Amino acid sequence: MELRKSYFADVRKDDLHEIGQPRPRSDSPGHVTGKTAFFADRNFPGMLHLKMVRSPHHHARIRSIDTSEAEKHPGVVKILTAKDVPHNVYTILILIQVGPEDETVLADGKVRWKGEAVVAVLAETERAAQEAAAKVKVDYEVLPAVFDMEEALKPGAPLVNEYHGQNYYLYDSGECRKVRFGDVEAGFTGADHVLEQSYQSSPIEHAPTETTGCVVAPEGNDRFTCYTNTQAMFFTLDNTSIILQMPGSKLHFVGGTVGGGFGGKVDVIVEPIAILGAKLTGRPVCFIYSREEEMQISSPRAAEKVVIKDGVMKDGRIVARKVTGYTDAGAYSRHSPYGAQKGAGHYPGPYTIPNVWIDTYCVYTNRTPSSAMRGFGVTIGDFALEVQMDKLARLIGMDPLEFRFINAYRDGDMKAHRQPTEGAALIECMQEASRAANWPVAEKYMAMSSYVKGA
Amino acid sequence: MAKVPVQFTLNGSEKAEFVDSGTTLLNALRDKVGDTSPKGGCHQGTCGACSVIIDGELRLSCLTLAETCDGAVISTTSGLSENGVLHPLQRAFLDTFATQCGFCTPGMIMAAKVLLDHTPNPSRDEVVEALSGNICRCTGYEPIIQAVLTAARANSQNAA
Amino acid sequence: MAIRRGRGVAAINYPTGMNLGGDPTQALVHSTPTGNFMVTLSSVDLGQGMKQIMAQICAETIGVPTDRVVVDTADTDTGPHCMGTFASRGTHRAGNAVIQAAREARQVMLEVAAEELEVNASDLETDGQGNILVKGAPQKSISMFDVALSAHFKRGRSISGRGMFLIPRSYPEKETGAMKPSTCYAHACTVAEVEVDDETGEVTVLTVKNVFEIGRALNPKMVEQQLVGGSWMGISHALYETTEPYYPNRDHGGTDFNQYLMPGPGDLAETEIIVLERPSADGPYGAKGPGEMCANPQIPAVANAVFDAVGVRIDTLPITPERILRALKAQAAN
Ligand code: FES
Ligand code: FES
Repeated sequence: MELRKSYFADVRKDDLHEIGQPRPRSDSPGHVTGKTAFFADRNFPGMLHLKMVRSPHHHARIRSIDTSEAEKHPGVVKILTAKDVPHNVYTILILIQVGPEDETVLADGKVRWKGEAVVAVLAETERAAQEAAAKVKVDYEVLPAVFDMEEALKPGAPLVNEYHGQNYYLYDSGECRKVRFGDVEAGFTGADHVLEQSYQSSPIEHAPTETTGCVVAPEGNDRFTCYTNTQAMFFTLDNTSIILQMPGSKLHFVGGTVGGGFGGKVDVIVEPIAILGAKLTGRPVCFIYSREEEMQISSPRAAEKVVIKDGVMKDGRIVARKVTGYTDAGAYSRHSPYGAQKGAGHYPGPYTIPNVWIDTYCVYTNRTPSSAMRGFGVTIGDFALEVQMDKLARLIGMDPLEFRFINAYRDGDMKAHRQPTEGAALIECMQEASRAANWPVAEKYMAMSSYVKGA
Repeated sequence: MAKVPVQFTLNGSEKAEFVDSGTTLLNALRDKVGDTSPKGGCHQGTCGACSVIIDGELRLSCLTLAETCDGAVISTTSGLSENGVLHPLQRAFLDTFATQCGFCTPGMIMAAKVLLDHTPNPSRDEVVEALSGNICRCTGYEPIIQAVLTAARANSQNAA
Repeated sequence: MAIRRGRGVAAINYPTGMNLGGDPTQALVHSTPTGNFMVTLSSVDLGQGMKQIMAQICAETIGVPTDRVVVDTADTDTGPHCMGTFASRGTHRAGNAVIQAAREARQVMLEVAAEELEVNASDLETDGQGNILVKGAPQKSISMFDVALSAHFKRGRSISGRGMFLIPRSYPEKETGAMKPSTCYAHACTVAEVEVDDETGEVTVLTVKNVFEIGRALNPKMVEQQLVGGSWMGISHALYETTEPYYPNRDHGGTDFNQYLMPGPGDLAETEIIVLERPSADGPYGAKGPGEMCANPQIPAVANAVFDAVGVRIDTLPITPERILRALKAQAAN
């Protein structure tokens, strides 16, 4: 890695002692000696293992649950169903008033995705829990499911989630988050070329080497210590407090040393049910996702569809951009309404465009609920935007890098969501990339600056 | 369930445990012996985080039954430093900033140790080959490759 | 049938923080009796190095070497509130909270030193090595060790401080979408060079040249860690990764590392990283959040390079050999 200090030297003082120094990491000695304590490195005598019975169907009504055989399995200590969870219907963003509560801790009457948790089995050993889980009998009536976002939005599509009443998240702005800036239709009319293209991604797994999980120990004084690899301590504690209807003062969360997260450990899934198990049995409990659960059960990065329509002039100026983004939330909200909205704030990308129209939808389908991941709400949008930029440049016969210089935002430019640009540095990144990659651009672009308009 | 007695040497000291038949060495080390340096990233032989050295060979402890290790000589990353002095591999992982979350690190170090024990001056390709059973999601691997090459150089300088 | 080369570029920006939810983090700093400093937080280290960076930020602000600072984090019984580690907010939010707490602690420390040295606190400065000096008269000085002892045993002062950083929630305006979705923006531009085998559809990323603008590299080696790992993940996303290879069909999803594909140590692109620093107005020592955006520009850069190589657009991620071959076939048919 090289630090190019010549850029922005006039706005930066390099007079610091500790900042900017490549100090060794304080946690590395623990890592290389195997001494770092991850949550699963806590072991308590008498610890129970929790395993989930999961839905084999994408969408089904639960007619009945029979746990009698499972209860008789040697080593089984406790079996939990929906009725054991004090506040079973929840949603994590309720803490910042993003509702409605739309997800069950344990399925109640219905499952909405293949893999959904239905029954929790606590046993003396992992093996006993697994074997007993296989003996739980759930009688399902399979319902029609919908997987495709476009299908889900059509009238008459199977309803994924009754708590929403329709297959999209209802924002205060309606069926989507909207950004309106200038007059996009007039922009298209006046453009030399109009190009509309659509882009698609599939769900992506965070795949941290350490799977999601927690270890809970009753303190003996009605308090519970939960060793967890959550990415957000109080977010998890406060949600657990709501789900278990337990004062937060009874909950003690210890974590902060996590074997990779990438956004995959922000959902509050394992902790509430494990703490409930510990409370109802008085025993320590561990609930750790298997690798298969991490891959297919834990929330992935949402699949997205992005449709971009641009009006561009022969001289390279983009004069209008309309973006319609669809985020596949899967069966439940989790963080997706936020992600779709974050996308609305991110488009039309780091370019100054006078006419912008953005609609972003959060759509429900019968698949694993998606959630945050590194680049949340932005990564797939950037893929779409930047491939579109390449197509536009080729459409008008311009060098793709030069085309970006023409449209790059600079300090003071008004963004579509009506914030003036501050601290821009796109132009300088492109100038340096031009040099590093030996991709020459015209001298006038190398002379540009993010500081001021016109060059 | 029937318990099976096992005795083995772990990082130079004698261990004797009764384990359930079918217990993996990974679980025996972590839950019974209390050596949590091997990590369980998949319990199915696909991540390498549980790597240990058994009788000089690299093994996945999640795919090794504890009862098959009777009489074995086992090394793990927790036993690598001597008298508080880091092993050259550990030193190199620190110096090249080859750890981020650190979850893959003990397994990586085991894989690298077996390589360097057999091939003190490996080529880059040999390092890549030796690490290819170990998953890292944080580093992009390059710093880990550099760490192993650095340790090999340090070894050969010490030997010279 | 041939191996074809191409290159592509992409440029992006990335927002720091989650302003649309309201974004708080708090921190506490206090000294021990011998002048070491404790930072107490509830922020989470996912491997990005939060603990080390908070120690460096505290050390810089107080004026001590980093090894005099210990970070105690993520115990809800002791650590004050942090929203969490996501949205590239950790360094920015917690860093600002630590600066504020450390400034307050530093002020008390200087006041105690001033009493010991019989000067005004405003006449004092730190040397970064653990000493407090009188400005212009550096021979008149006192060590932080002695200041802390005095505070604890003689003067009954607590050398401590509280830090509270809150970005108030921005509510998007319903009709126009006017909002303040984030704080500062990081930037990047990536040029990727690929080889595409038009017989097998296989893509090899030969080189990626990444330029990242991240505000301030608080610890350059740790920044490098994130950027190298992120660049790898971006390539991985572009070419390999998905839990639903036939989306929206749910079948054939990978369940382990043999089925869920990522580049291994033998599949690495030659990776160049260049970092620019335009300090942000509101970041701790100008830092922005680099952790997420570093994995974004490679994806479109690789997609554009594939087009440059073989003349087909793959607008669906991941860019698998199957998709490339189907597109080549369709192209040949036209
Ligand atoms: S835990 Fe043994 S290979 Fe993953
Ligand atoms: S350092 Fe996190 S998995 Fe390798």
